[in-house]
Amino acid sequence: MKKVLGVVACAAVATSMVMGANAEDLIKVGFAQVGHESDWRTASTKSAQEVFSEENGYDLQFVDCDNDSAAQLEAVRGFIEQDVDYIIIDPIVATGWDTVLTECEDAGIPVVVIDRTIDDSDKYVSWVGSNFLTEGKACGEWLKEYAAAKGMDEVNVLVIEGTNGSSAQIGRTDGFKEVADAEGWTILDSQDGDFTQAGGQEVMESYCKSYEGQFNVVICQNDNEAFGAMDAMKAAGVSYGPEGDVVLVSFDGNKPAMESLLAGDLTAVFECNPLAAPTVEAVLQQLQAGETPEKETYMVEGWFANEDVVSSITIDGEEQPVTQMTDEVLANRAY
Amino acid sequence: MSNLKKLTSKRLFLPIFCMILVMMVNIIFDLASGNFPFSFFTISTRNGVLYGRLIDVLNRGSEIAILAIGMTLVVSASAGTDISVGSVMSLSAAFCCMLLAGFGVSSATQLQMPLIVGVLAGILMGCLCGVFNGALVAYLNVQPMVATLILYSAARAIGLLLCNNLIVYIRDDSFKFFGGFFGPVPTPIVIAVICVAIMSVILKKTALGLYIQSVGINKKASRIAGLNSERIIFLCYVICGLCAGIAGIVNASRISSADSNNIGLSYELDAILSVALGGNSLGGGKFSLIGSIIGAYTIQAITTTLFAIGVSTDQAPVYKAIIVIIIVAIQAPPVSAYLKQRAAKKALAKGVN
Repeated sequence: MKKVLGVVACAAVATSMVMGANAEDLIKVGFAQVGHESDWRTASTKSAQEVFSEENGYDLQFVDCDNDSAAQLEAVRGFIEQDVDYIIIDPIVATGWDTVLTECEDAGIPVVVIDRTIDDSDKYVSWVGSNFLTEGKACGEWLKEYAAAKGMDEVNVLVIEGTNGSSAQIGRTDGFKEVADAEGWTILDSQDGDFTQAGGQEVMESYCKSYEGQFNVVICQNDNEAFGAMDAMKAAGVSYGPEGDVVLVSFDGNKPAMESLLAGDLTAVFECNPLAAPTVEAVLQQLQAGETPEKETYMVEGWFANEDVVSSITIDGEEQPVTQMTDEVLANRAY
Repeated sequence: MSNLKKLTSKRLFLPIFCMILVMMVNIIFDLASGNFPFSFFTISTRNGVLYGRLIDVLNRGSEIAILAIGMTLVVSASAGTDISVGSVMSLSAAFCCMLLAGFGVSSATQLQMPLIVGVLAGILMGCLCGVFNGALVAYLNVQPMVATLILYSAARAIGLLLCNNLIVYIRDDSFKFFGGFFGPVPTPIVIAVICVAIMSVILKKTALGLYIQSVGINKKASRIAGLNSERIIFLCYVICGLCAGIAGIVNASRISSADSNNIGLSYELDAILSVALGGNSLGGGKFSLIGSIIGAYTIQAITTTLFAIGVSTDQAPVYKAIIVIIIVAIQAPPVSAYLKQRAAKKALAKGVN
């Protein structure tokens, strides 16, 4: 028995040595992820695991921080101790980062921040994420073109906002409002649906009663809220989608929402791209080559519609295409 | 005058009075904004189903009302609260949806097993959590808050594990029934009414209600008098778990998915609050089930009212807190004692004159 154990132990040591030799060539990357609270997050994690694989020359240390900011700080300190080459952080909270980022700087490890932002420190080399303000503006610009094409003489909007104070809620609200104010649309009401289906349902249920027959556009700041709004409108006998009385719009664009868009329940979806890893990899390659990457990189995002009414929109002077959702487009989506 | 006094001295007077007070806000608001003053109370049918804000209150308040049943018994028997109900709701929903969709599937259009099996299994999971809580509290004498804290933090996480960290969607219309409509009436209302009716009958027709109260008032004395105190406390926690299971299924059915992160989030607080609003002492002992149910709908009436008035939602909790403080203060013993004293003084003064 002892002999067997000895052999196994020797083999284990030998393998680990071989593995260790291999690991020398790999670029060690530590990724402190927020958690796993939504499909969006799952897609983000999967994207990182695929891009930073061993075949691509990376050794990924992945830590799921379960939405616990203290655990995330611990994870980053763990990465410093392991002496990784790069650290990727999706910060759970925006503040309280200066100390630990200074530690990273002292250890000579470049930090790349993705998705959410860090407000109280600039000791990271680059940030990669979505521009929520652009998403909001895209929604407004699309609605402008759509209303013109469809001959809607009045645009009366109800907004179901995301969790108050989140960067997505602030950006999407402000971006849309900018266009709405310029166009003179009426925003009847704007309430918090907390990014959940139940929240969207409850807010819409109340909207249907308060603004009966007065609204023709409903903007939901994420997919789940849109599903809730559909349930509530169905119960109240309000028809939605391209054929119905109400234009229903959603943000994020996960698979279920894209399916609804194809089915004609949603009229348009404004994507928030979770696949940050390829962009992050480009940043890391720049650093490897000794170049200085951009401090802020925005994700490339797509705008999708059910009908082929609006083919492109102009956001801040830049023309961007609007894709019509088809079976083919849906099949080619990565998440 | 004496009739009024009789009315105000009734135990349920204050809870009902508070609920009416909350709803009155709507009449004032509608009058002020020039609408039909009773639009909050108007019930009509639309698409063949009942429609109106009052229906919303009854419908949306169902889960809290169902939870309040179990919570009332737990509070009464053990002088403690079960803070795990929200998480248990989430776990029951996750277990039910996992069974119906199959493990690791995030969107199921076809049920993997008969609906009723999945639903019963989900409810059973709630009972199991109740058994766990009950065993800790009743037999191991762990403080209720500490004992239920375990599942408060663990149950939601177990649910996430069962769902493979995904939101599981059940895209089958039969699953929507529990959060949909039973004829013209929203099913959650029907389920809540059935639960309350069954519990009331059990409490009225058997000695259980009396036993629970006597254990709550004095556990040792009850045991000496021949009651199996431990078993009664245990049973209360199991019933509470059962209620949480039912509420979880209703909540999942509403959104036809198991959103483990959000189902039942902070519902435990609303459930405890509804027991308190119902005029029940959180110190255990005597209880009124109907009081708790009224408390539950009062909480929902506050929420619906705030929605109706269009209070900016980030400020809503402030108003909710203010209303709750007022309601609790009205019902607080020192306040009612003071009012009684004043009334007595007045009566005395009258007598002297």
